[in-house]
Amino acid sequence: MNGKGIRIEGLSKRYGKGDTAVDALKQVDMQVAPGEVVGLIGPSGSGKSTLLKCLGAVIDPSGGRMTLGDQVIFDDGWKVRNLRALRRDKIGFVFQAPYLIPFLDVIDNVALLPMLTGMPNDQARAQALELLTALDVQHRISAMPSQLSGGEQQRVAIARGLINRPPVILADEPTAPLDSTRAMAVMRILNNMARKFETAIIVVTHDEKIIPTFKRIYHIRDGVTHEQVGEGRSLE
Amino acid sequence: MISLAGRDILHAWGKFVFTGIGLGLLIGVTLVMAGVYRGMVDDGKVLLDNSGADLWVVQKGTLGPYAESSSINDDRYRGLLGIPGIAQAANVTYLTMQIGRSDGDVRAMVVGIAPGAAGTPGWPPYLIAGRQITRSHYEAVADIASGFQLGDYLNIRRNQYRVVGLTRRMVSSSGDPMVFIPLKDAQQAQFLKDNDTLWQNRRRTEANPAFNRAEVPGLLAAINASQETSQSVNAVLVRLQPGQAADQAAEAIRRWKRLTTYTRPQMEAILIGKLIATSARQIGMFLIILALVSAAIVAFIIYSLTMDKIREIAVLKLIGTKNRTIAAMIMQQSLALGLIGFVVGKITATFAAPFFPKYVLLIPQDSVVGFFAVLAICGLASLIAIRMALKVDPAEAIGG
Repeated sequence: MNGKGIRIEGLSKRYGKGDTAVDALKQVDMQVAPGEVVGLIGPSGSGKSTLLKCLGAVIDPSGGRMTLGDQVIFDDGWKVRNLRALRRDKIGFVFQAPYLIPFLDVIDNVALLPMLTGMPNDQARAQALELLTALDVQHRISAMPSQLSGGEQQRVAIARGLINRPPVILADEPTAPLDSTRAMAVMRILNNMARKFETAIIVVTHDEKIIPTFKRIYHIRDGVTHEQVGEGRSLE
Repeated sequence: MISLAGRDILHAWGKFVFTGIGLGLLIGVTLVMAGVYRGMVDDGKVLLDNSGADLWVVQKGTLGPYAESSSINDDRYRGLLGIPGIAQAANVTYLTMQIGRSDGDVRAMVVGIAPGAAGTPGWPPYLIAGRQITRSHYEAVADIASGFQLGDYLNIRRNQYRVVGLTRRMVSSSGDPMVFIPLKDAQQAQFLKDNDTLWQNRRRTEANPAFNRAEVPGLLAAINASQETSQSVNAVLVRLQPGQAADQAAEAIRRWKRLTTYTRPQMEAILIGKLIATSARQIGMFLIILALVSAAIVAFIIYSLTMDKIREIAVLKLIGTKNRTIAAMIMQQSLALGLIGFVVGKITATFAAPFFPKYVLLIPQDSVVGFFAVLAICGLASLIAIRMALKVDPAEAIGG
């Protein structure tokens, strides 16, 4: 690990106070290098979503330390003032459902974020087209989300997550609604994108089909993570 | 920068257009209501303009002749002509009544005009067909809105009048069309008693020995004749010589003739401030209610549209979209809805106005005020939806 990617040390999250307090995360330690795709698996209620929300700067962890690249972003408190900007510039999201904006066509769904941050529309669309070409959906750039298949929608969502070239992507069960062929295709894309853009990708999943594809897996149980070496099965 | 509101509207244009049309009809009604008020004010001003008077001389202590009844002797105008600065003075009577015609009747204001020629105060200042009244009796000039045509006959009390001229936009402050007839006929129509009352009065006079004196032949007949004719008019319309100050002349009439006199601004204040004040308040209440209903509708629609996009808003917030971008999207949609509504409303009001029985005056000033009021209402109405959108937790996009 060269200091890039994301490192989480002793992260915890407690809901409530006193007798009613619940420790959703007790001791989370993770490290994901740039270009690496790791799995985060665990039973329902184990704290996966809470961890994802903490990593995504959506909720406040109770303690621990998070380092993104060379920057400590959390150390028993946020070290970044503007969490929204942190999410926008440093973290990409891919969801179980694509959640594309229904009134924007494919290219503008992907180009939206840079457009909203002031990049000229043409330049943002050019960047989006480059990503969509890499994801092999460049032929659907003018289509509306409702006109796309599930796999195409997910690829567009991945492109949206990558548009700002974030160092980390958090993927929340990205293959859940897909059949095994499409699920493997999405995993292939994520691995390719991770390598191409030097992005650290954390995939939260229950999907038995894709678990063997990870080289490293973090199990989370009762709010504690355990690292395990995965099968790293070929995606080709 | 991309316009999220614009793209959403284009995507769901049917919803926006139909909602805008519904809102537009409401805004159209609001504009027409404002137009009705403006029409009433304009009717009042037209009434004053068309009378051709600079001063209105009426019974002392009254707000006549339009807002209250007023009765003064028909020879008082002679004395007024002797006051410096007065160019013309003419008697006039006003009586609002149902006028009979062949196919029913029509509500109109009957104006009794003094003998003279076109230009005499009280006379219709212009005609669109026919001629002015030239005979002393049984001729009439009618406003075209009354429905009479040249050569038609109309019935006022017991007499029949032939329409010899038509005029336009001669209305009372209530918007009733005017019918001009000779003063003597109007006085008779206004003060004429029925036959039983005439007979009863004659009998009582005859029974009074002071009036029925054998040694004074003709006394009884003279007294009866005086009781059966009217020497009263409602007002004297005065036109001043050029350059004469109206207040000065009015003060002279008040002082020397002991009559109440109103200048043009005073008469306008009576018409607008007193005669149509209740109607104006009524319309004002309607305007407030319509504004509240419009605001409620816009708020509900924008709230519903925003509720439909909760997940997308959560995603936008999660990926780092600024609050002001989301707020602007909702606000712009609300304003766009208002804009569509206003355009539809303005078109509706413009085309519907001529079909209203009373004069509806749509003035650009009201449209401009209405436009900004609609935008303000829509802006305020969107605040609830914006508040809700800003409270959306970006974590909702992640689930769990």
